[in-house]
Amino acid sequence: MIEIDRITRLYNGVPAVDAVTMTVETGTVTVIVGTSGSGKTTLLRMINRLEEPSSGEVRINGESTLTIKPHILRRRIGYAIQGHGLFPHHTVARNIGAVPELLNWSADKISARVDELLRLFSMEPATFRNRYPGELSGGQQQRVGVARALASRPDLLLMDEPFGALDPVIRTRAQDDLRRIQKQLGSTIILVTHDMEEAIRLADRVAVMDSGQLVQHGTPAEIITRPATEFVADMVGRVERPLRLLSLVPVSELVEEGVAEGEALPVDASLRDALSVCLWTGRAAVPVEQDGVLVGRVTFEAIRARARAHP
Amino acid sequence: MNAKGSAGALSAPGILFAVLGLAAMLAPFMTLAANRIVAGDAIVAWRLAEPGVTLPGLLSLAAGLALGLLAAWPRIRMAGAALGLAGLFWLLMAGTPHLLAGAGEYARVSPAAGFWCLLAVFILLMSDALGNLAPGPLARAALLIAALAALTLVLWSGALSDLSIMQEYAGRKPAFIDAFVRHLGLAFGSLAIAGVIGFPLGILCHRRAQLRGAILPVLSFLQTIPSLAMFGLMIPILGWVGQTVPGAQSIGIAGIGFAPAFLALVFYSLLPVVGNTVAGLAAAPPVAIEAARGMGMTQRQRLLRVELPLGLPVILTGVRIVLVQNIGLAVIAGLIGGGGFGTFVFQGLNQTATDLILLGALPTVMLALVAAIAMDILVDLVRTTPEATA
Amino acid sequence: MRIGTFLRPALTLLLLALVLRPVWFTPFFAPFAPAGGPVIYERASLLSLSISHLGLVAAASAAATLVAVTLAILVTRPAGAAFLPLSRTITNMGQTFPPVAVLALAVPALGFGAGPTLVALFLYGLLPIFENAIVALSTLPPATMEAARGIGLNRWQQLLRVELPLALPVTLTGIRLSVVIALGTATLGSTVAARTLGEVIIAGLLTNNTAFVLQGGLIVGLFAVLIYDALVQLEARLVRRTGG
Repeated sequence: MIEIDRITRLYNGVPAVDAVTMTVETGTVTVIVGTSGSGKTTLLRMINRLEEPSSGEVRINGESTLTIKPHILRRRIGYAIQGHGLFPHHTVARNIGAVPELLNWSADKISARVDELLRLFSMEPATFRNRYPGELSGGQQQRVGVARALASRPDLLLMDEPFGALDPVIRTRAQDDLRRIQKQLGSTIILVTHDMEEAIRLADRVAVMDSGQLVQHGTPAEIITRPATEFVADMVGRVERPLRLLSLVPVSELVEEGVAEGEALPVDASLRDALSVCLWTGRAAVPVEQDGVLVGRVTFEAIRARARAHP
Repeated sequence: MNAKGSAGALSAPGILFAVLGLAAMLAPFMTLAANRIVAGDAIVAWRLAEPGVTLPGLLSLAAGLALGLLAAWPRIRMAGAALGLAGLFWLLMAGTPHLLAGAGEYARVSPAAGFWCLLAVFILLMSDALGNLAPGPLARAALLIAALAALTLVLWSGALSDLSIMQEYAGRKPAFIDAFVRHLGLAFGSLAIAGVIGFPLGILCHRRAQLRGAILPVLSFLQTIPSLAMFGLMIPILGWVGQTVPGAQSIGIAGIGFAPAFLALVFYSLLPVVGNTVAGLAAAPPVAIEAARGMGMTQRQRLLRVELPLGLPVILTGVRIVLVQNIGLAVIAGLIGGGGFGTFVFQGLNQTATDLILLGALPTVMLALVAAIAMDILVDLVRTTPEATA
Repeated sequence: MRIGTFLRPALTLLLLALVLRPVWFTPFFAPFAPAGGPVIYERASLLSLSISHLGLVAAASAAATLVAVTLAILVTRPAGAAFLPLSRTITNMGQTFPPVAVLALAVPALGFGAGPTLVALFLYGLLPIFENAIVALSTLPPATMEAARGIGLNRWQQLLRVELPLALPVTLTGIRLSVVIALGTATLGSTVAARTLGEVIIAGLLTNNTAFVLQGGLIVGLFAVLIYDALVQLEARLVRRTGG
């Protein structure tokens, strides 16, 4: 559990982060969203003490981070940033093994861990281990950056706009990968982004920052349906609210007996995907399949009913 | 269109070299003088000796220039340059004894404008072809060693020892070796001291912007002081130190000689060393530094594992600048009794003895060129990482 | 900056006094002169030496600028592109030639006096200008060049209205380097009997008269620093204007 307790950062007397309190449960993804200058990155950087708080503290599993030397603390916390920050003069393997190397793991253990992580990110170790960052595509560089942050099995992974430099198609894939890997490893992640779409896609909890203050902290559904302030409502986008909400619900929740024409959607597709298919094809229902077997359909009526009945 | 098409098959620089080379072949190739001071008579290449001797040389010069025209085959252009250089030395070796025969005891023969121009043309042809081949650092190192070995062999064989400049050398062998050692001592010694001071200073400047703002302008100011003035100004300073600090004179610190020259060179070296260290350390991508900090590297670990390895090519480029600059500036030491090749240059200027000037100037130029090429190779060797695409 | 606004006129005044009224400095230089020896250099007027010194530098630098920029323009045109790698090699190799060696090597060819000095200053001054002009002309922002073509400028107009003005600051840096080197190398011209301020320093070195060395060194040093500074100011102004 990560407890952020009334943490404040002043620049020349002006608060960049103003008395933010927030708890992050182990094994969950918290996404901090805000416009530029909202203090979201400063908040993140105070967790691993790249910025020192002016007052307040952060506790990791009850232990105050102020009692640990900054560089020792940082070795326990993974950190992935926009533009990946890979060392251009080190191979992929050496980049991923950087923190274990700092922690004096044995060479065998590091090499085994590097291969494990490369496989986890669908990169063949034999092919990629000895490449240099300059020889990778943008998406591959970003995956290596995240793999490096996870290498020492950190208590916590901090990510600052990790997908900011990727083009939209690769970004969606990287987000799906991150969600899959997080579920698999049970990691605790705090991620900063300016993109509400990304936040809703990835988060168990969304924290919205505005002018240094935490204005709302809740589940994506809460943020969409009950925005605490005008600012949050703007961030969500009023017109797109129902669509965002539908994107949170898998079709499995509304699947019913019956048949429908056309190509089937997988059960873990969102209602938003199903709605899109309905609108595009002009049909009133979409078939749903699980592992290649048809399990029923989702109707346009049901989706409309669900969109109106917000929780 | 037609003209352009045919020009594409021929190397444009090759055409320039051929024109310049042919013109230079008409210029005086050597001079024959009655003694080392008077001006000599100019002799063109085909009159150096009987045609049976000069013809092979002249033909290889022409063939070398012709091969240099073939744009598509840089290897053949290289071979052409080598052939031309061989022809030059053949003419020199063949012409010297022939001209000296019966010319009197004090007669001197020297290469003249034609020789020097052709030498420059073929060296440029060779580097132009090399540029197209773009050999790796190790291949270039091998070439450099081969070229130096060939030159040593020619000088060692004694085939050129009747040339005027070699006679100057023969009369001053111990002095020449002493000057050589002194010159290297001045250039490399001052570099070493500048390194010992400059690298830590560069690292400090990298870390503290205030220090950087204070030190770099002072060092660039030092750099603008004309060399003769700098050497001159060191004299009273060191003279004063020598007279007032006990024991300073016994370790050679005095107003005239090695010490002021050495100190002046150290001052000139500081800006490139400090400036390039700062630039090199700053060359690491900011996100990589941020990542290094974020993963828990200490300041020292960041320096040793990230900043220094990434900055090494730029830092070594600073060393290259210093080395080449100091080899050149060390000549001025000759003016204040600091030794080195400058001694011959200024003696030669005083006596209007061209060969003595050359005896000082040519090795200096050679030394600077070799140092520059060797350092370029070293910089390429440490630049092992592929360029980042992102 | 604040130090500069105060120091610049002070140094200029000092330089003027040193050149025009050297006698004023007798008390300052006297301790450095040998007993009974002359304190102030009087074999030639410092003003005429300064003028001759600066004249040599100005003439050589102007000629070098003209030739270097013309050559740089030629090798950065499509027709001259074949010579670009070669000209890079020449500048790289040429700059390893020590200025003193260039000067000394000019003597056998041209004899003593101002001639070899001028030629050496010219040849050596070419390289930094040429190098910088090539860099400037070959690294112009592609979007700007595209725009220049796009609005219908012909090649000549592109060169005069876009390329040369944009290349000016970097070229000027080359000229500054070249002028500073020339100021220093011209001092050495006195060893080959050119009339320059080096004469004062060398006279001091030959007669063990530190006062002469200081006097000559100070004047040349001040000229170099002030001219360097003036050119830096000029560049900064140009960079501000072109937004570089």
